[in-house]
Amino acid sequence: MVELKPVLEGNRLALSRLLSQIENDTGAGREALSELFSHTGKAKLIGVTGAPGTGKSSLVNQLAHHFRNPEDGTKPKTVAVVAVDPSSPFSGGAVLGDRIRMNTLSGDPGVFIRSMASRGSLGGLATTTAGVVQAFDAAGYEIILIETVGAGQAEVDIARLAHTTLVVEAPGLGDDIQAIKAGILEIADILVVNKADRPGIEQTERALKNMLALAHPTRKVFSNHSRVAVDLEELEDEPLWLTPLVRTIASDGTGVPELLKLFYDHREYLENTGELQRRECARLANELHLRVERSLVEGWRASLADGEYQDVLDKVVSREVSPHQAAAQLVKEEQR
Amino acid sequence: MSDPKIRVIVAKPGLDGHDRGAKVVARALRDAGMEVIYTGLRQTPEMIAEAALQEDADVVGLSVLSGAHMALAPKVLELLKANGQQDVKVFIGGIIPDEDEPKLLEMGVAGVFGPGTSTDVIVEQIRAIVN
Repeated sequence: MVELKPVLEGNRLALSRLLSQIENDTGAGREALSELFSHTGKAKLIGVTGAPGTGKSSLVNQLAHHFRNPEDGTKPKTVAVVAVDPSSPFSGGAVLGDRIRMNTLSGDPGVFIRSMASRGSLGGLATTTAGVVQAFDAAGYEIILIETVGAGQAEVDIARLAHTTLVVEAPGLGDDIQAIKAGILEIADILVVNKADRPGIEQTERALKNMLALAHPTRKVFSNHSRVAVDLEELEDEPLWLTPLVRTIASDGTGVPELLKLFYDHREYLENTGELQRRECARLANELHLRVERSLVEGWRASLADGEYQDVLDKVVSREVSPHQAAAQLVKEEQR
Repeated sequence: MSDPKIRVIVAKPGLDGHDRGAKVVARALRDAGMEVIYTGLRQTPEMIAEAALQEDADVVGLSVLSGAHMALAPKVLELLKANGQQDVKVFIGGIIPDEDEPKLLEMGVAGVFGPGTSTDVIVEQIRAIVN
C-alpha cells in the first residue's frame, strides 16, 4: 500500500515513488490510482507529438517556461512534464534523453519532469502514461505536458489522452501527399511548424496550409474503440474548431507566445462548447476499454495450463494450424 | 505487472565537455535492458539530485574528466541524502587518480570505473548492487 497523503500534500519523493509503482503496474500502484481518481480531472492536459527531431522537447521546455512566468501577470501555474521515449525492442532498455532540452527548468519546485520508456507500447505513449498523468493531476499540477515518442504517422494515442494536441512539424519532412495522409496530422488541434528559421519553411507551411484547406472542416469524433455515442446532428449548431498553424523557433522562443495564445483559444473553445466534456468522455471510455482488455487477457493467461501456449505456438510454427485456429483453441468457449 | 526496470541517471557534472564515455556507458546500460535517463553536459550537483528525485532513480552514474570529482561527488551524495534518497547508489567514471578511489569509496560512492573498464563489469556491478 502506498501512502497517499504525502503525495496529495506535495511531497515530491512520495510522488516520484508512486509514479514508479504506476509505471510498473503493481498492485499497489493500481490501488493508489483508484484512491486518487476522485482527485483528478482538474489539470489541463497538453499533448505534444511529431516526428523525431522536430523539436518537441525544446518546445515543451519553452511552454513550461511561459506557464511558470506568465507574461500577462497572472499567477504562475505548476507544470508537470511526462516525456516518453522508445524502449529497445531487443533488450527492453532505453535511453531517455528529453531532459537534456529541459535543463533550464531545473531548480524550479513548480516543475516536475518525469521520463518514461514506451516499454513495448506502439501508440506513441507507454500503456501506463495515462496513470502517470492521473497521479500528477491528483497531486495538483495545473498543466500537464505530455510528450510522445518521436512519432511517424500512426502514433495517435495522444489525441485520446490530451485535451489539446500539438503536432510539431519541421521544414523538409515531406511533400503535399504526406500532408493529406490520415493519421498524425489529423489529430492536431494546433499545428506547429518549428525550426522556422530553417530553409524550406515556406514550402512546408504551404503544404500544410493546403492540406488544411483541401476539405471542409469536420468535427473530430474518435471512431476506434472509444464506445461513445455522439449524435452528430445534435452538434450541428456548435462552432467548429479550425486547426490553426503557427511558426515557432523553439531554440530561442520565437512564436511561443503566439502558440500559447492559440492554446488558450482552444481551451476556451473546449470549455464553451461541449467538446471538453466529450473528450473527457472519450478519454475515459478508452481507458476503461484498455483496462477491461488487459484484465481479460490476464485472466485468460492465468487460465492456461503450463506449456499449453507453447504447444499451440509450436503447431503454428510448424504450419499444422493457422494462427486463427490456434487462437480458437486457446480461448475457451466460456471465455468468448 | 511488468518487470521493474533498473533506472539509471547518467550525468556529466562540471565543466568538461567530453561526453563520449558517458554515451558509451549509457548505450551499454540500454543494451543491458536498463532505462537510462541521460541528462547531458554541464550539470550542477543540484540538477543531478533533482533529476534523481523526479525520475526515482536506482543509480546515479557521474562521468568526470575535469579533476573536480573530489568536490562534485560529495556534493551529489549530500544532496541525495537531503532529499531522502540515501539508498540511491552513486558510481563515478572518468579520469580518477588511483589515490582518490579509496577516498571516494569512503565517502559512500559505490564504485569507481576508470578508463579501460569493460562495460560488462559496469553492468554486472550495477545489477549486483540494485538487486
